[in-house]
Amino acid sequence: MPWRVLRQIATVGIITEPAPAPLRVEPGDRATAPADPQVREIHREILAVLGRAIAIRQVDAGSCNGCELELHALTNPYYNIEGLGIKFVASPRHADLLLVTGPVSAHMEAALQRTYEAVPEPKRVVAIGECGCNGGVFGESYASRGRVANVVPVAVEVPGCPPAPLEILRGILQALR
Amino acid sequence: MSPVDSSPSPASGAVLPGLDCAFVRLAGPLPMHRARVNRAQWRAAPSAVRSMGGRLIALWGIDRRNGQGHFAVACCYGVGAGLVWLDLPLEEATPADQGAPIPTSYPDLSATFPAAARMQRALADLTGLQASGAADTRNWLRHAAWPADYFPLRREPSGRERFAGADEAYPFVTVEGDGVHEIAVGPVHAGIIEPGHFRFSVVGEKVLRLEERLGYTHKGIEKRFAGLSLERGAPLAARVSGDSTVAYGWAYCAAAESLSRASVPARAQWLRALALERERVANHLADLGALGNDAAFAFGLAQFSRMREDWLRRNAQLCGHRLLMDWIVPGGVRTDLAPQALAQIGAECDALEEQVRAIQAIYDGHAGLQDRFAGTGCISAALARQLNCTGLAARASGVGSDLRADLAWAPYDTLHVNAMRAAGGDVAARVAVRFAEVYESLRLLRLMARDLPPGPCSEPLGAAGANGAGAGWVEGWRGEVLVTLETDERGLLLRAHCHDPSWQNWPALEHAVIGNIVPDFPLINKSFNLSYSGQDL
Repeated sequence: MPWRVLRQIATVGIITEPAPAPLRVEPGDRATAPADPQVREIHREILAVLGRAIAIRQVDAGSCNGCELELHALTNPYYNIEGLGIKFVASPRHADLLLVTGPVSAHMEAALQRTYEAVPEPKRVVAIGECGCNGGVFGESYASRGRVANVVPVAVEVPGCPPAPLEILRGILQALR
Repeated sequence: MSPVDSSPSPASGAVLPGLDCAFVRLAGPLPMHRARVNRAQWRAAPSAVRSMGGRLIALWGIDRRNGQGHFAVACCYGVGAGLVWLDLPLEEATPADQGAPIPTSYPDLSATFPAAARMQRALADLTGLQASGAADTRNWLRHAAWPADYFPLRREPSGRERFAGADEAYPFVTVEGDGVHEIAVGPVHAGIIEPGHFRFSVVGEKVLRLEERLGYTHKGIEKRFAGLSLERGAPLAARVSGDSTVAYGWAYCAAAESLSRASVPARAQWLRALALERERVANHLADLGALGNDAAFAFGLAQFSRMREDWLRRNAQLCGHRLLMDWIVPGGVRTDLAPQALAQIGAECDALEEQVRAIQAIYDGHAGLQDRFAGTGCISAALARQLNCTGLAARASGVGSDLRADLAWAPYDTLHVNAMRAAGGDVAARVAVRFAEVYESLRLLRLMARDLPPGPCSEPLGAAGANGAGAGWVEGWRGEVLVTLETDERGLLLRAHCHDPSWQNWPALEHAVIGNIVPDFPLINKSFNLSYSGQDL
């Protein structure tokens, strides 16, 4: 058994791809132009801002689960985000950054606020997906508060339905700037 | 009943024996029949359906006080002859119905079909219509974010009202006894998961009882449909549950085509099936990896998530979207596939199958993994039948339908789908069904790529009929997805009901964990992998 596992690992090899550049965000703009892809530069920036690896707590505040699929994809070997010094954690108290998906449903409003309050300072919020940016197809209603920024302060918005893993990664890196 | 439903069904007795009502056949590739019923017929239907081995699929309420007059409730059953859609207008009591209650209540279905219980509670939350005689009348989709007397699916509210939220005191069922304690989990979970609340009553590590509290992702989808044109409703339906976007896209478009009596080119139907099988493969790959991971075999996750990423990137090349979202449109599909891309699909399926078989050999031979899978989270065949379990979870208990095999519509009629079943009803069985379905879908994809009929890939939908009704019914990767539509006098959506198979399977999860240890819950939960968003709407 172990040799089969090892053979599979050796056969596939290392498939991790170079990391992307951060999203470049001008005030009032959500442009997605990539710049120079430098993993070492990303490491340097993360260390400069936080002094350690970055810990992310994800909150689904009412999404259709499409964004969750792409967040899961971000943890696959192609993107290897732990190799960049980024990891998802189980508690907001361990987190530097909140990744929030979905329009914020009325039923998740309080849970999102409490999660935000539980993250120690300094903290940033990245809103993921069209719904997180502007409410998406669900908009605002008796059951939906719309964009994440309507409920907690947002540093970076990553549009897309859902945004591809690289777009999400760019948004995370942008939030560290 | 709407005037569009005019094609008579000659042998309505054959649809549901023992129920004397006039069925009309709905347009569409699957056999679907609709009838207006009275309270007595509504009451008689459950036992008639049960006696035929049928199942309850969906239940919803409608406010038709826009001209035709009444509140109504509707339900869909699945029987051997296909879909049976019963519509009960809540008129004043008829002579046969002496002493019938006020016209905002209807006879309970949950005594015969336990699966109806949560649907009835949701129906009451959204429309204010009560199931008379129901045992459980607690709120389900409504927490405390809007008042108990606000019914969003009635005509009067615009849906844009906003209320101050409050904390909810939900009356969970409590378990008492020596050493019993509760573990409350959620709505925010520890991983990248949708929100929901689980209340475990445990002794030591052993789970005595699990009660689910869902509805956290309710975002008012059904109200949002109201007043949209058939075309504009499609992107909304495609986002009911993102992991099933193809299934919902197809079911919604099929319902719109059923309502409009529109024809769909053969090539479009084949391409839709191709997308549905690609979605099935993508989700099964993700689950097989995650199930390995939840049993502490991270190697499995790394391997399967790599395969899934390759697969999604190919989706983007083929159809312009990694999850194939919005590719299916009313009348067909958005873009055709390039001939050279089609020519490669067969070889790609061969390559993937070889890789999956290699990892399956490792899974099957891994004692630690099998120890966690085998005997964990069991659902017996009898229980699966009783709860109307659907999809792969039901088939892993040896029961349940697969619409692609049982009511094969084009292109499945020529592809001859083998419904994959297992007997154990445990996590191992749900893993085995996923492996088998991956291979079967890859076989279907090879055939579809080879035999794809020529011709256009879409046709204009045409004008939607006024006061029409239509249904679309698709076997998604998780189970049967049903979308029913009704239009108003302007041909705009009066009511769109999207039914997720998770409605039937969430209660089964409560049963599956009984007697298991708490640390096995994530594994059992993942083996079902149910949708929160699809249930919460």
